Amino acid sequence: MEKPALISGNEAVAYGALAAGVRFFAGYPITPSSEIAETLSELLPRMGGKFVQMEDELASMGAIVGASLAGVNSMTATSGPGFSLMQENIGFAFMTEVPCVIVNVQRGGPSTGLPTKPSQGDVMQTRWGTHGGCNTIALCPWSVRETFDLTIDCVNLANRYRLPVVLLLDEVIAHMREKVVLPSFGGVKKVQRKKPTCLPQEYLPYEITEDDIPPMADFGEGYRYHVTGLTHDPTGFPTSNAKEIDQLVRRLYGKIERYRDEITRIEEEYLADAQILVFAYGSVSRSAISAVKEARARGIKAGLLRPVSIWPFPDKHISRLADQLKAIIVAEMNLGQMIGEVRRASCERVKILGVTRVDGELITPDEILTAIQEVS
Amino acid sequence: MRNRYELRLSGSGGQGLILAGLILAEAAGIYDNRNVTQTQSYGPEARGGASKSEVVISESEIDYPKVTRPDLLLALTQEACDEYHRDLREDGILIVDSFRVKRVPSPGAFSIPISQIARKEVGKELVTNIVALGIITELTGVVSREAVKRAVLDRVPGGTEKLNIKALEVGFRIGRERRMSR
Repeated sequence: MEKPALISGNEAVAYGALAAGVRFFAGYPITPSSEIAETLSELLPRMGGKFVQMEDELASMGAIVGASLAGVNSMTATSGPGFSLMQENIGFAFMTEVPCVIVNVQRGGPSTGLPTKPSQGDVMQTRWGTHGGCNTIALCPWSVRETFDLTIDCVNLANRYRLPVVLLLDEVIAHMREKVVLPSFGGVKKVQRKKPTCLPQEYLPYEITEDDIPPMADFGEGYRYHVTGLTHDPTGFPTSNAKEIDQLVRRLYGKIERYRDEITRIEEEYLADAQILVFAYGSVSRSAISAVKEARARGIKAGLLRPVSIWPFPDKHISRLADQLKAIIVAEMNLGQMIGEVRRASCERVKILGVTRVDGELITPDEILTAIQEVS
Repeated sequence: MRNRYELRLSGSGGQGLILAGLILAEAAGIYDNRNVTQTQSYGPEARGGASKSEVVISESEIDYPKVTRPDLLLALTQEACDEYHRDLREDGILIVDSFRVKRVPSPGAFSIPISQIARKEVGKELVTNIVALGIITELTGVVSREAVKRAVLDRVPGGTEKLNIKALEVGFRIGRERRMSR
């Protein structure tokens, strides 16, 4: 690499996965994510990895959890309908603290919806899709190059915090081609899992540790342990002891809250003196920055806040900004998902206006500019 | 040239428009070292029906990646011409395949029998897209001939290089003639 290439967002996911050391992919192709599987089916085996086309998305999720337990960085990729089918095993991965990455390229919904056109309808499903009150990390890129970088970050976050991490794309980013210069894979920073230092017979797979992240042994290296979706004690076996249950559930949920500042990432443009904030993510933020620049050219003090980590939500940033702004415009390709979070985090101390679109077309800069002018 | 230049290549599925868009984007992005984005209509229409491939070329970073007001519209079918010509900028360039587009919406359009030229002068109608690329290169000046040539050689299937370069050269010549006669 290290020379310019014209690649799509989906190809960037595949390259990012390889660079991050993903060596197992199991999936069931679905538009608009199929090129991820297609590219990896060709490249993974050449790098000593395994590619499996599964019978469905339930099995895909099960397969990557299994492969990850054996110590391999694992990934699957899908779109809305497949993401729905994966929810049960995503919860299992969360409960059993198995690092893995799920790429969801959002397409129009509900149901099978609009296979070939963009949407951002799965934002809340990413947070709340699986039952029982899990917590989530999800990253959301706005360019082909950032897609490469965030794919690597997802793998690293999964390994660092031991949980399933979602890379949330939309069809525009997935299929768009841009000129990128990718770094050589060797120089990419890789986060290794925390490994046990004790003897196998002393190993507690779900030990309560100071950092809330138990060391993880690979299956096959002598550390035998029990993995269950039932609430379990530090040995990994089911427990109905109220204290142990409480400790486990609070720790699983709390480890993201504890490291929230470390995980949360936003990008700001023209925010220092902004009176009107446009909040947008994924491909829509490309329209938003264009609208912000145009508004500035017309003398309106607009700015952009783009959550790179869409989960955890950047509560603190929104809360801090709420008092200095005249209005916040939330632009998204759904009927209002992130806008609820913006309302919550700002305690509605500021006027909030939504720009939405669900017809399979990307929101245009003009639509956002009109909204900016309306509130200025 | 303006800082941002938008091109839309339209026609029906199977005419090689996606490939043409890719070649154009690689020519401008990789060989002429500009910023580019390439998008396409992605749906059932990609196999028959109206199909389009879009390229944005810019000296600066490209924010909005899609084409809204093309500076150049190529229409290889009447349907595509009817659907997209309204989006064209007032000073934009319209190129139609006059063999298939009989109702031309503006008198300033370049009506060129591209598919027939491909068939008769190059020997294969299959290379209509590459002939069109040559014409676009000459009429817009938005990419260099050398860059397009290198990008064509990168992308076309092995064994067809000679045929495609011939198609490109024919396109260059037709485009040049049309430009001169304006």
